[in-house]
Amino acid sequence: MQRRYVVFFIVAIGVVYAFDAKADEYQARREHMVKEIVADVKLTSKQIGKKSLNIRVMDAMSRVPRHEFVPFRLRGVAYENRPLPIGYGQTISQPYIVALMTDLLNVEPNYVVLEVGTGSGYQAAILAELVKDVYTIEIVPQLGESAKERLKRLGYENAVVRIADGYYGWEEHAPFDGIMVTAAAGHIPPPLIKQLKPGGRMVIPVGGPFMTQQLMLVEKTRQGKIKTTQVLPVIFVPLTGAH
Amino acid sequence: MLLKCSIFFISYAAIGYEIVLMQLLSIIQWHHFAYMIISLALLGYGASGTFIALTKRWLLPRFYLSFVINAVLFGFSVMGCFALAQRTPLNPLEILWDRSQFCYLLELYLLLAIPFFCAANCIGLSFTRFNDQIHRIYRFDLLGAGIGALGIILGLFVFPLSIYTKLLAGLGVSSAILLSLNKELPRYRWFVISLCVCSFPLIFFWPTGQLSSGISEYKGLSLALHVPDAEIISEHSSPLGWLTVVRSPTIPFRYAPGLSLNCFIEPPPQLGIFTDGDAFSPITRYNGDLKPLGYLDYLSSALPYHLLKSPKVLVLGSGGGMDVLMAHYHKARSIDAVELNPQVIDLVGRAYADFAGHLYDSEGINVHLAEARGFVAGSREVYDLIQVSLLDSYNASASGCYALNATYLYTVEAFKEYLDHLKPGGLLTITRWLKIPPRESLKLFATGASALYKFGSNNPGLQLVLIRSWKTTTLLVKNGEFSEQEISAILTFCEKRSFDVAYYPGIRAEEANRYNVLSQPYFYEGASSLLGETRDNFLERYKFYISPATDDRPYFFHFFKWKTIPEIFSLKGKGGLPLLEWAYPVLMMTLLQALVVSLLVVLFPLWIVRRTRSRGPERYKIRVMLYFLFLGFAFLFIEIAFIQKFTLFLCHPLYAVAVVLCAFLVFAGLGSGYSHKWSLRLRGVSRNNNGMAIALVVAGIVIITIIYMVFLPALFNRLLPLPDVLKILISIILIAPLAFGMGMPFPLGLMWVADAIPDFIPWAWGLNGCASVLGAVIATILAIHFGFAAVTGLALLLYVLAVFAMVRSSDLI
Repeated sequence: MQRRYVVFFIVAIGVVYAFDAKADEYQARREHMVKEIVADVKLTSKQIGKKSLNIRVMDAMSRVPRHEFVPFRLRGVAYENRPLPIGYGQTISQPYIVALMTDLLNVEPNYVVLEVGTGSGYQAAILAELVKDVYTIEIVPQLGESAKERLKRLGYENAVVRIADGYYGWEEHAPFDGIMVTAAAGHIPPPLIKQLKPGGRMVIPVGGPFMTQQLMLVEKTRQGKIKTTQVLPVIFVPLTGAH
Repeated sequence: MLLKCSIFFISYAAIGYEIVLMQLLSIIQWHHFAYMIISLALLGYGASGTFIALTKRWLLPRFYLSFVINAVLFGFSVMGCFALAQRTPLNPLEILWDRSQFCYLLELYLLLAIPFFCAANCIGLSFTRFNDQIHRIYRFDLLGAGIGALGIILGLFVFPLSIYTKLLAGLGVSSAILLSLNKELPRYRWFVISLCVCSFPLIFFWPTGQLSSGISEYKGLSLALHVPDAEIISEHSSPLGWLTVVRSPTIPFRYAPGLSLNCFIEPPPQLGIFTDGDAFSPITRYNGDLKPLGYLDYLSSALPYHLLKSPKVLVLGSGGGMDVLMAHYHKARSIDAVELNPQVIDLVGRAYADFAGHLYDSEGINVHLAEARGFVAGSREVYDLIQVSLLDSYNASASGCYALNATYLYTVEAFKEYLDHLKPGGLLTITRWLKIPPRESLKLFATGASALYKFGSNNPGLQLVLIRSWKTTTLLVKNGEFSEQEISAILTFCEKRSFDVAYYPGIRAEEANRYNVLSQPYFYEGASSLLGETRDNFLERYKFYISPATDDRPYFFHFFKWKTIPEIFSLKGKGGLPLLEWAYPVLMMTLLQALVVSLLVVLFPLWIVRRTRSRGPERYKIRVMLYFLFLGFAFLFIEIAFIQKFTLFLCHPLYAVAVVLCAFLVFAGLGSGYSHKWSLRLRGVSRNNNGMAIALVVAGIVIITIIYMVFLPALFNRLLPLPDVLKILISIILIAPLAFGMGMPFPLGLMWVADAIPDFIPWAWGLNGCASVLGAVIATILAIHFGFAAVTGLALLLYVLAVFAMVRSSDLI
């Protein structure tokens, strides 16, 4: 009987150790991912208008366990700098784009942010690390339910998921300091513009699946005027050198 | 006769399956990937040559049984392999990120090649077994393929894809049954026949499932169906595509591309029409009240209505009717809407007419079933406004899916045609998706400028305007110069909607990048550079190919330049891949793969034949190889070039493919049947009567083709207004003599091989198959770069080289 307990104890220690080792491995990969983003940002500084991203954003990127937000079979590549499929025709953007989009929102700790298109909840988790409250809307019930469960399990109590039509925003919690529209949009829903605070920012990635072509930044001035900027995330000068 | 009928059926079924597969794969994936997959699968024809060369000692004594087995296997593999292919989790969009996608791609190639391999075995075995009947076998092979090409296009108007696939599979089995009736089959003939007959129910009750369940989850239709309560309310299939109408009552479609941020009007509910699972076009709810349509005035394509009062409008590509609705909203005096697909017209005009407010029945609105360019060319009407807006979905456009699609809508000649049909002061407007850095909009601008030069304008810059919303660009080309009042109206329109003016006559740099700010005013810089002396230098230096498309090189969507490839790949991790225009690299990849597989298929049997010490001198083998290679290329080059030429004449891409393919194959089949007689006639004239026959036939092909190249354009211009039936008849008459000649060199060559080195027959068959596949890909690449005239010229050169390869001059004396 005693021998049985000893075996059980040894196995339990082994399992705990294995989990720890895996956790360490993910941590190491995450750090590597962040280093890659830092290097990429330096390379694209001219296009995005800054040499580095907000330190708080990079901290959030190094904390959020991206592997929890991708299908189990893709955990091994969760920290590669590439977009990944999450089912239902949706993808999780490549980490560099996620960091850039979050940075463009210029968030502060007391901000209330709306996200349209929860997907797996990764972007919401990043935002939840940075702001007071995140309200996120998903149109596909299955994705919304699993994101809700995942965010709760990972302790993101300030991220609230709702399964609804993102077109009308979330009137009860408006106005928002920032809005992230990660779902594909043929046009920008007018209610979202209305729900953006004066001085607030909205970021919209434009492009097909696996292909973020450019990021559209919508700014509402203190006077309520709208200004938009197209941010190309790469250095690509369309002309070759002068001849 | 039984054998010939069997060959006819199997060829009919094989070409039908090729076309069905193209359509199925275009629905499940995207057009250019479908093209790549099928090109490789067709190499099953090449592999068949190798297979027969290796196994003929065993197969030929059992010819009838081998044929029957292959025909039955064809039937089953048509159904089974596609079902398995649908389960392959290939996602081409991930191919540059995920290497396992290459394994899935290989799996697809192998699966889809099986039916073609089986069909080719039937024909290749027949050539080898009855090498004195080659001309007759080839005749029935070509006749089957020709009538099959026509049959599939007519058949797809009647049957859904899944049913037609079953019919083709059944046809394969029927060819097996037919041949089983031959008395030369061994004593268990009735057992074989019974088995074949029993396989019919299996094929017809084969579960095909819902087509919508197999399509890529990243296509528009799949995404729409994930929305709660969204459902397909009707499906329609035709050779023009698979249409699905989707209703989404809980979360409605709100299609308003690039809607101004200053607009607070919610679009009314819409029904979504998807073509091949993508290419969205909405039917907008309309009840006679114009107020809910106010959002239409906040799209960039609404600009011309602020410059023209009650215009007479021509909408090219009316789709679900959004542009017609826009014209109606802006009180157009009369509207001619042109749509290629009769089923789309039926959806808006009849099936969902109540939803669409009987828009097409409204006074002043006329809907025409026609191809846009052909309609304009054949029309005597003149308009105040000709409008072409967003004829493709954003995702397809964004990923460069259309690069391989030849389109005559956006060529310099087409623009000139549109200008010819504009009243003085009239406008041509074209709206496209906005891409950064700009590609389509600048290419259109350059096309507009070139057309205006041809139209006699000395300063095209005074007749062009380009504006952009955050997601679309609209180009205006005026038949006349823009006045100051008009420019003022344009600026007011843009200011009210926060749209940027990229170019207008007299624009200042600081005006071009105000509302939707870019890191540089790319559109203004590009448009300005494309006018005047800087044009050529700019086109050369620009990293995308934006020189205007022409009727000879009608690849508007081809933007790819090789020199940008290293830069784009170095930006892969930094979000740079969307800069890659996909279709062209995919085409090159197809060529590379096809070359590798072809070399394996061709070199391997050569090695085997050498090992088996076949008789015949070595130099013959090389000459035979070159002969069949050149023939395969030349035939395909001419066929493809003529399909393009006749597309403009017949004003319909589908008619052109059906008529040209059918006429070419049928008359080539008849030519093949005559080739033996022709060769016998020359017996007394030359020592090498086959060689002489080939040389004379090729001379005829060259002369006829040159005459056509010189005179066809002028002839087509004169005959363009004739009714369709007459034009089809004229096309067939024109193609007949050329195709008749083109059907002769292959069987003549094979007959020569049958005399000199019979072991080479299956190999020559395989080689011809490989050349046909490679030829189709190479023809597209050559046409993109040098135009169809060059493709035709090269085909003639190859025919002449083929003669030199096969026939030494001394042989002819």
